[in-house]
Amino acid sequence: MSHRIRIVGLADGLLAPENASFEVRGDEHLLCGMERLGRRGIPVGCRGGGCGVCKVQVVAGSYHTRKMSRDCVSSTEETQGYALACRLYPDTDLDIRVVGKMGRAFTKAGPSPSQGGDSVTAGKSPAFDMSWRN
Amino acid sequence: MALTGVLRPGHVALRVLDMEASIHHYTQVMGLLETARDDKGRVFLKAWDEHDHHSVVLREADSAGMDYMGWRVDSNATLEKFAKDIEESGLASDLSWVAAGEHPQTGRRFRFTTSTGHVMELYAEKGKVGNGMPTLNPEIYPDGLKGMSPSRFDHCLLYGDDLDNTMKLFIEILGFTLTEQVIAGPDKLVISAFMTCSNKPHDVAFIRQPCKGKFHHASFLLDNWGEVLKAADLISRNRVSLDIGPTRHGITRGETIYFFDPSGNRNEVFSGGYISYPDRPVLTWTDDELGRAIFYHDRKLNEAFLSVVT
Ligand code: FES
Ligand SMILES: [Fe+2]
Repeated sequence: MSHRIRIVGLADGLLAPENASFEVRGDEHLLCGMERLGRRGIPVGCRGGGCGVCKVQVVAGSYHTRKMSRDCVSSTEETQGYALACRLYPDTDLDIRVVGKMGRAFTKAGPSPSQGGDSVTAGKSPAFDMSWRN
Repeated sequence: MALTGVLRPGHVALRVLDMEASIHHYTQVMGLLETARDDKGRVFLKAWDEHDHHSVVLREADSAGMDYMGWRVDSNATLEKFAKDIEESGLASDLSWVAAGEHPQTGRRFRFTTSTGHVMELYAEKGKVGNGMPTLNPEIYPDGLKGMSPSRFDHCLLYGDDLDNTMKLFIEILGFTLTEQVIAGPDKLVISAFMTCSNKPHDVAFIRQPCKGKFHHASFLLDNWGEVLKAADLISRNRVSLDIGPTRHGITRGETIYFFDPSGNRNEVFSGGYISYPDRPVLTWTDDELGRAIFYHDRKLNEAFLSVVT
């Protein structure tokens, strides 16, 4: 038994791309289904309910979850449909909104010189984001 | 004794969401050996070639991450001296003594929190349970090893904000040597520091990020590249969550693979690296070459590797 998962919204209120849906098998969690089909949309991190980058909100459908880190999903959020995709098992077709984001450890710089890129541009834009210190 | 003061990272205490799944991961897939459970439900483990009673402590909790990291020092006199030096330095907070026996077969531990928000402890005594072989005319490894079977717990990489004072604490107070660093921007701000108390490329490393007490990975030593590839096989065989690898680091030169335990704590197994004597010049990487510094083959920054922590 598999269920169809539709991504209806992305983080920062961005609209989901057309056809942002995938099938999840009965024996796998939502993130696993997405990855197995080579689909994208939900950030993939630890796949163990610990890091929080795969956080989603279910807006339609029913599901159950396995234990998730309280640092990532509070008990209030849990009652509002928030869950970690890597601990979320669909019981029906679902509509979800992506909430989690990959932390911004670094800025998107140009390719580094050793990658064959333009060393002048690469040198000018620091790869690591330290703007939080200002 | 030429190596004095802090001898080695002696243990790492991790929070796990599901103890049963974690025990399976750490003993059956990684091949650590369970040495004790206590009345608080904590599970103590060691790698096969460690003589001390335990090097990994698991505690079931409602979040993942690291509770603390412990360091073995050479004697009780050193332990007391460090406790005094740390207190006088003002570089750490929440200083306390944990009573002997709070960890099985372990003496009292001096506990403190670094400016990056990581709880560390020093101790001088932990029972020697051996590595499964005699010390007189031994073999080279014991029978019955399982899984990846690393020989020891090796180091941690941690994320926190005030890297400067944490470096000061480790280098000036605890006698560590800086082996490699990553600098960023026109001010050459140090954004990552690799430090050793021995002559490994690192015993602990930090990355400067706007957080406190975050855990990137705990690492365990394998013998060679073939064992790293075998670890990769076991990761797929056991459907373990793979992060990245097998590959090679520029920093430390280690051959490595990263994966996650069932609660999302990142593990590394690795081999290789150089010997660092205290007079070895510090290696410096600039952030525009960070891709090659971290993953020497890929030469690209990997967003998930750098961003995902517990
Ligand atoms: S990927 Fe880390 S919590 Fe889901
Ligand atoms: Fe490492």
